[in-house]
Amino acid sequence: MNIHEYQGKSILQNFGVTVQRGYVAHSPEGAVEVAKKLKEETNTPVFVVKAQIHAGGRGKGTVTETGSRGVVIAKDLDAVKEKSAAILGGHLVTLQTKAEGKLVSKVFIAEDMYYPGASEPKEYYMSVLLDRASGKNVIVYSPDGGMNIEDVAHNTPERIFKETIDPLTGVNDFQCRRIGFNLGLEGQGFKEIQKFVKALYAAYVGCDAAMFEINPVLKTSDDRIVAVDAKVTLDGNGLIRHKDYLEMRDTSEEDPIEVEASNADLNYVKLDGNVGCMVNGAGLAMATMDIIKLSGGDPANFLDVGGTADAKRVETAFRIILKDPSVKAILVNIFGGIVRCDRVAQGIVDAYKNIGDINVPLIVRLQGTNAEEAKKLIDSSGLAVHSAITLQEAADKVKAVLS
Amino acid sequence: MGVLVGKNSKIIVQGFTGSEGTFHASQMIEYGTQVVGGVTPGKGGTTHLDRPVFNTVSDAVATTGADVSIIFVPPAFAADAIMEAAEAGIKVIITITEGIPVADMVKAKAYIADRHCTLIGPNCPGVITAGEAKVGIMPGFVFKPGRIGIVSKSGTLTYEAADQVAKVGLGVSTAIGIGGDPIIGTPTLDAVKLLMEDKDTDAIVMIGEIGGEFEPKAARWIKENGNKKPVIGFIAGETAPKGRTMGHAGAIVSGENESASAKKAIMRECGIHVVDSPAQIGAKVKEVIG
Repeated sequence: MNIHEYQGKSILQNFGVTVQRGYVAHSPEGAVEVAKKLKEETNTPVFVVKAQIHAGGRGKGTVTETGSRGVVIAKDLDAVKEKSAAILGGHLVTLQTKAEGKLVSKVFIAEDMYYPGASEPKEYYMSVLLDRASGKNVIVYSPDGGMNIEDVAHNTPERIFKETIDPLTGVNDFQCRRIGFNLGLEGQGFKEIQKFVKALYAAYVGCDAAMFEINPVLKTSDDRIVAVDAKVTLDGNGLIRHKDYLEMRDTSEEDPIEVEASNADLNYVKLDGNVGCMVNGAGLAMATMDIIKLSGGDPANFLDVGGTADAKRVETAFRIILKDPSVKAILVNIFGGIVRCDRVAQGIVDAYKNIGDINVPLIVRLQGTNAEEAKKLIDSSGLAVHSAITLQEAADKVKAVLS
Repeated sequence: MGVLVGKNSKIIVQGFTGSEGTFHASQMIEYGTQVVGGVTPGKGGTTHLDRPVFNTVSDAVATTGADVSIIFVPPAFAADAIMEAAEAGIKVIITITEGIPVADMVKAKAYIADRHCTLIGPNCPGVITAGEAKVGIMPGFVFKPGRIGIVSKSGTLTYEAADQVAKVGLGVSTAIGIGGDPIIGTPTLDAVKLLMEDKDTDAIVMIGEIGGEFEPKAARWIKENGNKKPVIGFIAGETAPKGRTMGHAGAIVSGENESASAKKAIMRECGIHVVDSPAQIGAKVKEVIG
């Protein structure tokens, strides 16, 4: 589950990670209110106004309506109001968004961390994620912070470092020291980075994260180590023990049809094609998308109805697929194992009748337990449905209805 | 004979008395699998499905001599169940549970590393040695006994492959559902190695998905070891968009080498008979082994 910067920072802070402080606001007036509060607490000389959307590259992104950047400096309270107004309600386009951008409905008003002092501020990169090959978490870091890490990896791979964490010990002191040395830190900053890494890793495990990306990690002019940005992705499976994080889900950031599907417990991903599909099992669903492509179509969606493909779920799934106007045909592909195909077939017939006006061709392939009975049931239902038993037959029928 | 499980395997069910455990244990028993008991903490001393229930896996092992366990324990407690089985000396731990927090699996995988056991799954359909033992949730009748081994990340796609193999007049030795999570006990390569060494397996069907590097790794090993048995491969997700999770948490393309086409290219270079259409798996097996 993706969350906003301000939410990610609140989690990090709870685990003792030093973050750039701030408050979220939903209106220019609200932004001024929280800026006043922040001024009292931090005595920050200027403010940073940061658009809150689920996409990176905000600082270099542009708000279509006003031309404002997604992250801007505001010198005083008037500027906070004015600059928040130029971001809120606009669409922010970044390298990671679609061309139409993302609607911004929240801004994070933050303290300035780049104040002058005894030494130059310096930016680093740090992320924590799972290395699937070893089954262990890794901390990836670089002295080149504040820029696109893919570019650093491509141009100067020797400036990217990795620490693999032993799950039974957690991050060790010597690893924290090595991170400090590799980042070129010394004195107070060297001590601070070790505390920072320990707290960051504790947060990663403690909140059941799937990924942390802190870019930049900043050494301030007075040698503090601070997370200036925080991209936090939570492990969906881990939410069973963090009910409080469920409230952090921002459904306005997701495709509305996908939200409806997830509420119905269906695993649906919208794609750009013309053939909808409904399948049981994720692997078979992807294989079905592939066979649609090989038959001359393009998959309009991924949809896994799961193990219990009863009439109600099938009906909901149909309604969701049909919301997409580009769908020109639907392929249902069910391999009945424990689930009996004739039951699924009955579900399809019932759903079809309930919905009433399905006017795109429907190809139904039912294989496995009671497949023959299921085919008879579909064929005798009087519905305009093409039935198939093997996957190849289904593919051929998709091809026929498209041509 | 096959691998991992067979007619001599003594199987216990962790999460035996729950609804999932009860349903699938009954199906396994009906198939002829030697289920010797189960574990549900707090219900030790009772009987369920005419078999003894134990409080702990170590009690179950001491009394029944079980060497295989299948886990249906809910996600929040499943990683603990895996560690308990390993500690009690279970040799093959098959975890069906879907939705285990990744952090728990990171810990469990490290815990079992030097305990001489094989973990299959989690989030998998299980393992079946056709005609001998079904230790999983797959429909047994689809797997006709024969000499083709199957390794797959996906449940229904495994059934699809087994069905196609049967339709061309062949059958399955052992089918291993390795699971679709980011962390699994037995990656593709380890499962392939088992089947390469199995004298009852003549050819291997290797089915993968986008995401991770399991299949390319297996493919390179197969080539380096002289392609001893023919391998037929399919990778699902050619049409999946980058950066989106496709049902299985592990099925997300993050790097260039994790896409379906990149994986298939590597597999072809390594002498694997790759099909682009999932409808052609059975036909390809027939063609390759004649």
